[in-house]
Amino acid sequence: MESKCNTQEKFKDLQKFIDSMEDRRGALIAVLHKAQHLYGYLSNDVIFFIAEKLEIPSAKVFGVISFYSYFTTEPRGKYVINVCLGTACFVRGADAIMREFEKILNIKAGETTEDKKFTLSGLRCIGACGLAPVVMVNDKVYGRVELNQVKAIIEEYQEEA
Amino acid sequence: MGLVNVTINNQTIAVEEGTTILEAAKKLDIRIPTLCYLNLEHVKTVNGSASCRVCVVEIEGRRNLAPSCATPVSEGMVVRTNTLRCIKARRLVVELLLSNHPTDCLICEKNLNCELQSLAAELDIRRIKFHGVRATHEKDISSKAMIRNMDKCILCRRCETMCNEVQTVHVYSAVNRGFDTFIAPALNLSMDKSICTFCGQCVSVCPTAALTVVNDIPNVWEALNAKDKFVIVQTAPAVRVALGEKFGAEPGTVVTGKMVAALRMMGFDKVFDTDFAADLTIMEEAAEFIHRLQHGGRLPILTSCCPGWVKFFEHQFNDLLDIPSTCKSPHEMFGVIAKTYYAEKMGIDPKNIFVVSIMPCLAKKYEAARPELMHDDMQDVDAVLTTRELGDMLKEANIDLMNLKDEEFDEPLGESTGASVIFGTTGGVIEAALRTTYEWLTNETLEEVEFHELRGFEGIREAVVKINDQDINIAVAHGLGNARKLLEDIRAGKSHYHAIEIMACPGGCIGGGGQPYHFGNFDVLKKRMEGIYKEDKSKKYRKSHENPAIKKLYEEYLGEPNGEKAHELLHTYYVKRENR
Repeated sequence: MESKCNTQEKFKDLQKFIDSMEDRRGALIAVLHKAQHLYGYLSNDVIFFIAEKLEIPSAKVFGVISFYSYFTTEPRGKYVINVCLGTACFVRGADAIMREFEKILNIKAGETTEDKKFTLSGLRCIGACGLAPVVMVNDKVYGRVELNQVKAIIEEYQEEA
Repeated sequence: MGLVNVTINNQTIAVEEGTTILEAAKKLDIRIPTLCYLNLEHVKTVNGSASCRVCVVEIEGRRNLAPSCATPVSEGMVVRTNTLRCIKARRLVVELLLSNHPTDCLICEKNLNCELQSLAAELDIRRIKFHGVRATHEKDISSKAMIRNMDKCILCRRCETMCNEVQTVHVYSAVNRGFDTFIAPALNLSMDKSICTFCGQCVSVCPTAALTVVNDIPNVWEALNAKDKFVIVQTAPAVRVALGEKFGAEPGTVVTGKMVAALRMMGFDKVFDTDFAADLTIMEEAAEFIHRLQHGGRLPILTSCCPGWVKFFEHQFNDLLDIPSTCKSPHEMFGVIAKTYYAEKMGIDPKNIFVVSIMPCLAKKYEAARPELMHDDMQDVDAVLTTRELGDMLKEANIDLMNLKDEEFDEPLGESTGASVIFGTTGGVIEAALRTTYEWLTNETLEEVEFHELRGFEGIREAVVKINDQDINIAVAHGLGNARKLLEDIRAGKSHYHAIEIMACPGGCIGGGGQPYHFGNFDVLKKRMEGIYKEDKSKKYRKSHENPAIKKLYEEYLGEPNGEKAHELLHTYYVKRENR
């Protein structure tokens, strides 16, 4: 959990981003992207902050966030593991890959480890079907993932810390 | 705009470009069933989300059926509204809606008042062919005023249109997408934690039981049957011109005397009138206005009778909390007077007095529970019933309202003037206040008591009234969207008004969220307004300060208007609430 002071500090970056926009109308999606990039997720405070700055009702901001699966209102881990569950990946065993991640991390898809290190989630197709099954950790893509590689992928980030 | 010719069911008509098929059909007296569509004529707003597809029609030369509510006519268009294909499509749409709807109509709050139910009957649906997953949501019973049951929502978006576009409160938005969609406040907060004003306009347009009023009927029956309770009822001005509608009477029929008789039959110990307290409100509000006017106080003064409006400014204009009058709303003033002055006079222990308010309003339910609206640890008002609930209760008790003989309110809290009656319509409170303010400031008799510039349905109205050579600028706004405009001017320092009346509901209390459903039919509101002004004209006294019972109340108990005792009992304060 971040302290309130720290959060306020981070809002400054978001404020700067909003100030830099030429036209604030229709800027909501871009601002939400920026906010999620900056803070990892869209907290209630961030939602109300954006609503106030863009003069959009907070109910509407929340509605937009809930519409797109990309946006999250839950804190995420430092590393977000996305297992592609699109058709191509699925037929090549993505569900087993997902189960393996669940087993090793001891969390379910959609959850975050207690140490806030990993968030596990599934997504539908990242357009790399030739590499199926595909796993993404933050922005890094792993192709043709096999069951026995899952542990190594996780360890890669354990060591980094 | 040019005219275009359209043929609907073999009848041709020329209509303005941009007219929808549905509107053109209406001009030809051809009815097309609708569900999500709602024309709110009185606020010049249409809910045209076209989400339900019930109003589909066939257009010659087009492969797909078209929603008539959202399809504009074009030159030479040939439309058929009642082909088998249309009817089958409509049935399919309703069957699909029903497949994701709890079909517990017999025990539903909206039984016989539900548009989905009526449509299912009209389309002769006897079986629901589809059985799939049903969306389930937790029922939101957090507020004292309304219940949100998203299991019964058909996503027509009428509530959003009403709340966001007309009232500009912006409580609601669609959350999630596809099958998981539901309508909720920001962060999916419960209603009591949201910025909702409880004006109840969303409830009044909801076609199903997704949004309903909190039912207080059982509490009132219980009080009526409790041996130790002295149960007092008071009725708001707008109730008497709408209650008859629940019993088949024309809108605007004045049923005051019959309502009094009915309430007495139900067993209320005393049948009193909120109108009495409306006169009392004018005494206090006029005195407060004159004080601010003469002592350089904050202007404009804003009326504070409407609890929806009060909650609106507490959230969204909480930098202006010193502007509204500090007067409690009339039914709250009534409650405290019943439990002090009247209790003392009659030798009744106020703890045994149970005050029931019959109101055209949902927000009054919320207001009655506000912690500061109490005296000696007793809430001023114990229960609030809407006009609709009273109608339901009378039916439960088999009281045939329209065939009762007129009776009079009890004394002394049943005496009222014409000035108090007009509280029930937009413009009425400020007109009543003017009748008294004028006479108090000039010491002359006001011969013409009707201020016609302040009457009508225009969203914002204004008048300049000359009092002792000073031009007093008056404004009236009804509907919170209109109120917002005046408030933004005040905030920007651009307002030149001395006094403003604001009512949350379009039309004022006659259009309240607790009134019999009018489905956007403007005529209903117009007739209720006529009923109110008719009642005003029929009164012996038409100025609040002439009410003999009010004069006596001040002589015997309160002292001076705006005096110490009056402040202790009849005035309140406002709370800064989160604006998000």
